[in-house]
Amino acid sequence: MKILVAVKRVIDYNVQIRVKEDGTGVVTDNVKMSTNPPDDNAIEEAVKIKEAGKATEVVAVTVGEEKAQETVRKALAVGADRGIHVKVDGILEPLAVSKILQKIVDKEKPDLVFMGKQAIDDDCNQTGQMLSALLNWPQATFASKIDVKDNKLEVTREIDEGLETIEINVPAIVTCDLRLNEPRYASLPNIMKAKKKPIEEIAATDLGVDVSPRLEQIKVEEPPKRKAGIKVANVAELVQKLKNEAKVI
Amino acid sequence: MSRESMEYDVVIIGGGPSGLSTAIKIKQLDPNLNVCLLEKASEIGAHILSGNVFETRALDELLPNWRELNSPIKTKVTKEKFLFLGKTKSLSWPTWLLPAVQQNHKNYIISLANLCRWLAEQAENLGVEIFPGFPASEILYNEDGSVKGVATQDMGIDKDGNKKDSFEPGIELLGKVTVFAEGCRGHLGKQLIEKFELNKGKDPQQYGIGFKEIWEIEDKNHEEGLVMHTAGWPLDNNTYGGSFMYHAENKQVFLGYVIGLDYKNPHLSPYDEFQRFKTHPAIKKIIEGGKRISYGARALIEGGFQSLPKMFMPGALLIGCDAGTLNMPKIKGSHTAMKSGIIAAETINEHLKENKDLSIYENKFKNSWLYKELYEARNVKPSFSWGLILGIIFTGIDQILFRGKLPFTLKHKHADHKTLKPANQMPKIDYPKYDNVITFDKTSSVYLTGTNHVDNQPVHLKLKDPDLPINYTLDKFDEPAQRYCPAGVYEVQKENDVNKFVINSQNCIHCKTCDIKEPSQNITWVTPEGNGGPRYGNM
Repeated sequence: MKILVAVKRVIDYNVQIRVKEDGTGVVTDNVKMSTNPPDDNAIEEAVKIKEAGKATEVVAVTVGEEKAQETVRKALAVGADRGIHVKVDGILEPLAVSKILQKIVDKEKPDLVFMGKQAIDDDCNQTGQMLSALLNWPQATFASKIDVKDNKLEVTREIDEGLETIEINVPAIVTCDLRLNEPRYASLPNIMKAKKKPIEEIAATDLGVDVSPRLEQIKVEEPPKRKAGIKVANVAELVQKLKNEAKVI
Repeated sequence: MSRESMEYDVVIIGGGPSGLSTAIKIKQLDPNLNVCLLEKASEIGAHILSGNVFETRALDELLPNWRELNSPIKTKVTKEKFLFLGKTKSLSWPTWLLPAVQQNHKNYIISLANLCRWLAEQAENLGVEIFPGFPASEILYNEDGSVKGVATQDMGIDKDGNKKDSFEPGIELLGKVTVFAEGCRGHLGKQLIEKFELNKGKDPQQYGIGFKEIWEIEDKNHEEGLVMHTAGWPLDNNTYGGSFMYHAENKQVFLGYVIGLDYKNPHLSPYDEFQRFKTHPAIKKIIEGGKRISYGARALIEGGFQSLPKMFMPGALLIGCDAGTLNMPKIKGSHTAMKSGIIAAETINEHLKENKDLSIYENKFKNSWLYKELYEARNVKPSFSWGLILGIIFTGIDQILFRGKLPFTLKHKHADHKTLKPANQMPKIDYPKYDNVITFDKTSSVYLTGTNHVDNQPVHLKLKDPDLPINYTLDKFDEPAQRYCPAGVYEVQKENDVNKFVINSQNCIHCKTCDIKEPSQNITWVTPEGNGGPRYGNM
């Protein structure tokens, strides 16, 4: 079994995001970038499945600018066998990414495609689902547990009501939740070895995919500042304020 | 437990200006030497904080074609100001009356973090292997006592010291020469200074704490290329310190404050001095209407020539501010750190090729402009122990009339942890409330640093005696850690009328002030798990 894992380069989750003054986006210059956190879970799970002898190869793929390759390199350092970097500059929407991944699936013929449930930068939560539709493959989203059984997967999903367990046929798409596992650290010797693992570079245009945005972004702005709280003297005052000022009761 | 090991010709600890300069210079001298560089931050530059007005002298020597290499050195200093601040008034000091070391017309306003990122690219292009996120946590020695290399931190240990599922053992990096370039008060450098008695016969090292904020200000207040320094208010005559304000590109100003850690009043809060400094009319009018976008703090070296330890030992070199090469009256340490790194590389090359002892570092250093610079600057800082006014008068005589050539050397008398007076003998200081426009609390400041440490890991601020803070330091010094820490790591909390000393180590921004100033030297800073600490952008 072969597993393809899609990874995305995003602003590190610890960085305080700053909106550009002209409202066209957020500041990314000199900002620490990392792999999208649930994508780390996706890679970890694929490597675990391979280590358990249930998969033969793990291929990491990313779509993005030159530096996005760092995320593939990191995936290689924690156990992926080889990498693919589809080069695209500029804004990328989930539809374009899904179409590119579809082409990569046609080429690589994996049995499973893993990726994070959503990216922490645009929070779209669409790529996995769109890819599933394009390929006409079954999907299991928000996976917090994956059991590989012959030609089936038993997947536990994190849903609002609790946990849902489903069984789907392979080939399949799985999008991974943060609770799926604890990603391992890349060790220094493995980082060295990863530098020698192959990464295939492909231009998006060579895949024949139109990546031009379908959406028009109107404005990016900071969330409104929270107002300072006040202290009330007693319950009566609280009720009065909730009723007359906040108008919530 | 046995660890994996990797062998290199040169192992460098720390990706700041000195370590990166060493790496680049070694590869220039001999591309065949294997060089690796460890950095504890998640990427190069993420733990770098500096003013910074940059003198290019060392860079001109290291990479003479830096102007063609798309370097982040762009904003030339075009104008200078020096203000003495009173409580509401300010007096502008003519710049022609400043000593030559404080004149900056040939220098550039830069972000040192960005310079380091760029230097790292140059180093990687030359074949240096750079490993961010891997703190060196332990020094390894040969049987003959010489330094053999370092071990990186184990990853994936829980707070009780047990291995987690993600446990990844550290590895040993063995170098023919190991170069320690951790910056001010490096935790391994500290061990080396003690073990090899590198500071024997030297004055105690002197430190300061430096704060920096980056503000995006209104167009009308911004004057790209303007460098301004102040002395005076809010500090009293007996506390050493001052501010900087550098107008950088993109409508940003780099605003900062440095306070000598030899201050005496345990009630003093360096953080709050910086915050209230910004409310001075001369400062407020510039940043008003602007937005604070970054915050950070870091200890720095102030001891200079008299306190500079020996920089070589068997198997290793100690460079940059891990030793203490900052030039205090110049308020610059980047070019001197880089020069010490260049000398280290030349030393190592001769050591490996011609089998010369590492002690040749000493002579190379003594024959360099770095030595001359530090020698001539040596009397400025100690003269301020007589107070601001006498310090300025003496500095004028020493630097303008005699250009640092007076035939005597003033001494630094006390280590900084010994200078605090008992709390009941010193006045309490009533700091103004934060307005959340110009001044801010520590929590919202630390938030801007992007600091994070993986939770469930051992506390990396070790107490030699866990009861001392409450049993002794609280009573005698009103536990000054609550105030000298710029990140609110230390708190004294009352629980059922019992005082408790709390260490919020996840907030630590790796400034090392606690390791320096704690009056009983009860706190030891060690490396937390890799990738931890701040994520500074263009600091």
